[in-house]
Amino acid sequence: MKRFLGFVKKEFSHIFRDYRTLFILFGIPAAQILIFGFAVSMDIRNAGVAILDLSHDEITEALTNKIISSGFFKRTENLLYYDDIDNVLKKGETKAVIIFEEGFGKRLINEGKASLSIIADGSEPNTATLVTNYATAIVNDFTMEMAGTAPNKSLIIKPEVKMLYNPNLKSHYMFVPGVITLILILICALMTSVTITREKEFGTMEVLLVSPLRPLQIILGKVVPYFILSFINVLLILGLSWLVFELPVKGSLALLLAECMLYILMSLSLGILISTVSKSMQQAIFISLIGLMLPTILLSGFIFPIENMPKIYDYVSMIMPPRYFIIIIKNIMIKGTGLMYIWKETLILIAMTLVFIGLSVRNFKIRLE
Amino acid sequence: MTAHLRQECPGKQFSPLSKSDKMQKAIESSGISKNFGTTKALTDISFSVDESEVFGFIGPDGGGKTTLFRIITTLLLPDAGSIKVLGLDCIHDYKELRKNIGYMPGRFSLYQDLSVEENLNFYATVFGTTVAENYDLISDIYSHIEPFKKRLAGKLSGGMKQKLALSCALIHKPRLLVLDEPTTGVDAVSRSEFWDMLAKLRKHNITILVSTPYMDEAMRCDRVALIQNGRILSVDTPQKIREAFSRKLYTVRSRQKYKLLCTLRDFPGTHSAFPFGDSVHVTFQNELIDISLQEFLKKQGLTDAVVQEAEAGIEDRFLELMENI
Amino acid sequence: MSENVITVKNLVKKFGSFIANDNLNFEVAAGEIFGFLGANGAGKTTTIRILSGLSKPTSGEVKVAGFDAYRQTEQIKKNIGYMSQKFSLYEDLTVKENIILYGGIYGMKKALIMTRISELLAKLKFQEYENRIIADLPLGLRQKLAFSVAVLHEPKIVFLDEPTGGVDPITRRQFWEMIYETSERGITVFVTTHYMDEAEYCDRVSIMSEGRIVALDTPENLKNQYNAASVEDVFIKIARPVNN
Repeated sequence: MKRFLGFVKKEFSHIFRDYRTLFILFGIPAAQILIFGFAVSMDIRNAGVAILDLSHDEITEALTNKIISSGFFKRTENLLYYDDIDNVLKKGETKAVIIFEEGFGKRLINEGKASLSIIADGSEPNTATLVTNYATAIVNDFTMEMAGTAPNKSLIIKPEVKMLYNPNLKSHYMFVPGVITLILILICALMTSVTITREKEFGTMEVLLVSPLRPLQIILGKVVPYFILSFINVLLILGLSWLVFELPVKGSLALLLAECMLYILMSLSLGILISTVSKSMQQAIFISLIGLMLPTILLSGFIFPIENMPKIYDYVSMIMPPRYFIIIIKNIMIKGTGLMYIWKETLILIAMTLVFIGLSVRNFKIRLE
Repeated sequence: MTAHLRQECPGKQFSPLSKSDKMQKAIESSGISKNFGTTKALTDISFSVDESEVFGFIGPDGGGKTTLFRIITTLLLPDAGSIKVLGLDCIHDYKELRKNIGYMPGRFSLYQDLSVEENLNFYATVFGTTVAENYDLISDIYSHIEPFKKRLAGKLSGGMKQKLALSCALIHKPRLLVLDEPTTGVDAVSRSEFWDMLAKLRKHNITILVSTPYMDEAMRCDRVALIQNGRILSVDTPQKIREAFSRKLYTVRSRQKYKLLCTLRDFPGTHSAFPFGDSVHVTFQNELIDISLQEFLKKQGLTDAVVQEAEAGIEDRFLELMENI
Repeated sequence: MSENVITVKNLVKKFGSFIANDNLNFEVAAGEIFGFLGANGAGKTTTIRILSGLSKPTSGEVKVAGFDAYRQTEQIKKNIGYMSQKFSLYEDLTVKENIILYGGIYGMKKALIMTRISELLAKLKFQEYENRIIADLPLGLRQKLAFSVAVLHEPKIVFLDEPTGGVDPITRRQFWEMIYETSERGITVFVTTHYMDEAEYCDRVSIMSEGRIVALDTPENLKNQYNAASVEDVFIKIARPVNN
């Protein structure tokens, strides 16, 4: 028993003297509660909605106002034609389009029923469901209010809901692109983050430094093989998604592959950057896996839409590459858009890659201290 | 001219040419200091190494050898002092220096998952040369491991790893070879072989800098620096260091080793008594009175004790210098 | 001092088809300083692991401190001390904490541990380091302390695996004086080393090569037998370096 207690006491000593362990023990749970608590939300807030009002009468105005001022929605655009719907949904800000048929108000008063369409962006099934549910609830509310002022008449506004891009609201349309984003960045960053630190740990870095090799040559030399091999990985993952999950590629396959390779290059560079600041392989693995995984899952818009989070999360997620890639990949695969809609995100990824490589070269220690 | 003589008589020791002039010094160090936090790794290190010399740094772990070698190979910056290697400045001309040094760091630092051949080819390529170009330089060494050239480096024995590391350090024909404790942890036979290989390198006019904790290896260098706790205790040829021993040295042997040691320490005239394998090395305060010591020992029951005069070795001098600090 | 604390008869240890120890035979008496030499890869570590109860022989008879190496490994572990160059004490604990910890692991009573602590610190002249963290101590001090901790519980045998690697010449000799004292107390010291001069300090020396013992005798007898001036010369003559 004494031996056992002696051993336990030693373990306590180790723990308290190692700041890293303490951080893991107390710091991470606290951080997780905070992030989780605020980020995870099944409510919607300021979801973008576009209005296609073919009636323009008092009733449609009133109903539109009610929707807009509910706090759950914000108006993005007023549309004029049906053709605009696809366009506005592809842009991304608008989550649903509400369409009032011609002569909406008159129909309602004279015939007691009118038609309202809600066309939601099905590429984010969760959001789409929430948006249509909330909108439908508001419409029903409105109907009841109106019924109150005109007794003996039954009023029905039946919203017809359609999910664009994902008619059956398959949830893996949301998950699989998100998982692809997550896997690619984790694996790529992990691989390159370990490679430089491994040389440091095994001592071969010392010998490499006392040689004519320049830091940029070493860094690029480590990225190139992983880049080529990751291409095969991408084909594999996309192939499996298509075969097993029936995930479509509505847009250009060539564009998709190109964007994937860009994302991979960015991830590999991030890994190299991590390795220049890590002192050991353990540290490198820790930062790449744990440091990237949770924020990517929670804050990249993968599962929980960023719009629903407090503003600060929005700012934080702006420095996270997965946020942009998810938009790119969903756009190409599910919405079938071309480069026109995603040039901004693409440019950001390119910039990030250059920054990571630049910082890596700068951080690369040409000496041992 | 001396370099020419050295080639003809490889075994002879030549005293450092302080008047030498035309021969550029391979290394010139003055007042080098280096601290890590509160630890003083190196204090006021000054020495010089001539071209084509085999220069040894002798001293135990923690003495500062590795830190000094890292400064010489431009991997660390000194906190104070100046140092020139091959006529170049360590701090500013590091890029040029790194092309001209062959470095073999402390533990085995080659790629365990590459074969012998692949490792050698890699280093040749990185330095812009080929294995074939400088093969004559490493042939003596590499021939021992060539039969195993397809084997993964991680699967080699200690002695063979050493030879591979040396080959890789030499393959680009460096002007300066820096070997940090190449014989540590390796058995006596391999150690001896290694020094034989280094001796054969002399004919290629490469300056060789070696560090080792084994005092006996000092004898195989042209000149040595004894280093302990970050300070140089002495720099000279091995022979001169031995001659600098300040007292007369005696060895005493007996079957009862421990008893002999304790008894010698109890003897009033003893200045120092150190165990040295099968004998004890003793020095005395004054001229030794042979008879009184023998009697003292006999009285304590050490009837088989034999006292002899002896020549001091490097380790004796090292111990003497350590005690004086 | 004539009873044997280690008895090894026809010891064989195989790893798959590789024979690490090939028919070893030797005995070590109580209080003896036994030097165990050999090139890297000769099989020394394998034998030591078997003798310290960490591994079981493939065949042959092995008794350590009177206990059988096949069925009584736990008792063996309780009756021996062990110290190696690579690890001995916990670096982020203090001197005192390490001693208390190991005392506890060896099953010593608290009062006894505390007595030993003050004895030990006084003997090594370590009093000022009592509450210093091991990582802050110089190598030589660490090794001496590690050795003292390995014999804290007065075991029958202590195994030392290259205990003086890299240590300065003065500390090395002080270490060996501690070994001498320990042996005088009746504790058997089983030591491996690469310093050939240290082999001379031993009562008897065995040299292993490629899994076999190729020499076993007092240093003096070996030197006479092989007409060598030192054990190092004997070693060079008979221990072939492992070539693969």
